[in-house]
Formats: sequence, structure tokens, C-alpha cells
Amino acid sequence: MMGDFYGVTLNSPLMLGTAQYPSPAVMEAAFRASGASVATVSLRRESGQGQAFWDIIRGLGVHVLPNTAGCHSAREAVTTAQMAREVFETNWIKLEVIGNADTLQPDPFGLLNAAETLAADGFNVFPYMTEDQVLAQRLVDAGCKVLMPWGAPIGSGLGLNNRYGLKTLRAAFPDIPMVIDAGLGLPSHAAAAMELGFDAVLLNTAVAQAGDPVAMARAFGMAASAGALARTADPMEPRDMATPSTPLIGKAWL
Amino acid sequence: MKIEVNGDAQNVLARNVEDALRELGWQGARVATALNGEFLPKAARATTDLSDGDRLEVLAPMQGG
Repeated sequence: MMGDFYGVTLNSPLMLGTAQYPSPAVMEAAFRASGASVATVSLRRESGQGQAFWDIIRGLGVHVLPNTAGCHSAREAVTTAQMAREVFETNWIKLEVIGNADTLQPDPFGLLNAAETLAADGFNVFPYMTEDQVLAQRLVDAGCKVLMPWGAPIGSGLGLNNRYGLKTLRAAFPDIPMVIDAGLGLPSHAAAAMELGFDAVLLNTAVAQAGDPVAMARAFGMAASAGALARTADPMEPRDMATPSTPLIGKAWL
Repeated sequence: MKIEVNGDAQNVLARNVEDALRELGWQGARVATALNGEFLPKAARATTDLSDGDRLEVLAPMQGG
């Protein structure tokens, strides 16, 4: 199952950012190679390139998820979300309220505050959060029907920093679609996230800053899909002791 | 009148936000506006008067992660 993201079923568990590519053409090629179903975008002061960028995004034929990147207060994030809704014509919003400039980790208090306001105003909030279970409950209570816990700090490429915490969070909210957002560096991280039972992964830097973004985009798409398939195939339980896989019966007496 | 547009000082003849956008070359552009830190919906631009010192933000689609 691919999760229900506010009534939308995605045909790929990969969500891809649109920033930091060597060129718009490489970005387009990366999207096509990855099969990503969602593109994250932002709003910035119009400098003459916004209109052309929007045409490229529309041409990708994917769902658009605007973000509130760079917002450090609930008020700023809410205003940005309102502006994004009008420009991108979607109720979806990736809600980021940053609490620390070094780790770019979410400010849980500002996040909850903004999520309450936006959910009440009809937004479909995708909150960028830590793996904190109490925060998750509060966000769900506020009206969030999707959660986006981080893998590791944005742009760090560290992968799943707190596997235990993510596993616990996944188990605590089995019916809430969850996206691992930020911190993934390698396709194996994406596969691991999907194997843990997450519904999608969202990344940007790992693809855009790779030596060959198009090849890396394809690798991430394959890895995310492989992880999702593995999850549905009910993985074996690990064990400490070896057990032979080749039958002992019939072995020659030599 | 003197207003601030995306952080830069601008002199505009326009009296309301819609006319200011036209004057600044953003007519028909896919942009969102905020006036003095508050979201200003597209439909309200023509009826929202500008005052000296107003801060207008004009935002457009941009790359993001």
C-alpha cells in the first residue's frame, strides 16, 4: 500500500525536491528518471525566473508540494502557506518551522501552533517534524493526516539517524501515512525507510548534488520502490545464530 | 508614493496594490502578495490602498526541497 495522502494515492513512494540541480534540464531529467510522484517547491521574491520555473514544474506532471522552508516562526509559516496556496493552487503544504539554525531541526512548538491554524483553515498539512511521539499525537489531534519525521538534519546525508525512534513512531500510528523527510544520503537509506514501513521518502540534496543527478535519481526511485515491495513481502526476523539454508538431509558421507 | 517592494525602496504612482503590480511589470504574473507582513489575496489587491512606507512582498514559484 502506498498510503493515502489527503485522498491522493501516489504511484511512486519517492518525493523529490527541485532545488540545487546543476541546471533546469538536469532537474527535469532527474524527475523523469526517478519516477517521483511529488515535487517540492517554494516561494521566493520574484526575480524574473519564477514564471519559467513554474512552467517546468507543471510540465513534470507530478503533484506539487509547496514548502515553508526558511520560516522560523509560526506566523511567518502561516503567511507563507497562505501565499503558496494561492500561487500553486493546492491545499497541500509541507510545513517547516525551523527552530535551530545549525541543525535546521523543527521547532515543535511553532510547528504545532502553525499546524493548528492551517488545518483549521482547510490546509492539508505535511508537518516536517522530529520523531517525537508526543508531538506526533498533538499534530494528529490538530488535524494532520500525514506526518513527516526527519531521517537526519536537512542536507546532512546521514540517513536514518534514530532508527529506534522512527520504528517506534511508525508502530504507534499504524494508520497515519508517514514520509521520511530530510537527511537521506543514499538509496539504501530510502530502501531502509520503506522497509521500516514508511509510506514515502522525500529528498533533494542527495540527488541534486550527486555527481550524476539523473543516475542517482533513478537509483533512489528504484530503492524506494524495492523497499516498499519488500515491506509488503513480510521480511524475515533477524536472529543471532546461524541456521543452514541448504538442507542437511541427503548430504554425502565423505 | 514611496513603498518598499521585496526589500527595495520604490516610487510608485499607483494608489492600490493591483495597480502597483502592473506598474512594476508584474501584470498577469503568477505571484502572491503580502502587505506589511500579512497575506493579501489576489482578489483584494484592487481594493487595497497603499500608504507611504508600506512593505509589499511579491513572491513567485521557486526551487525548493
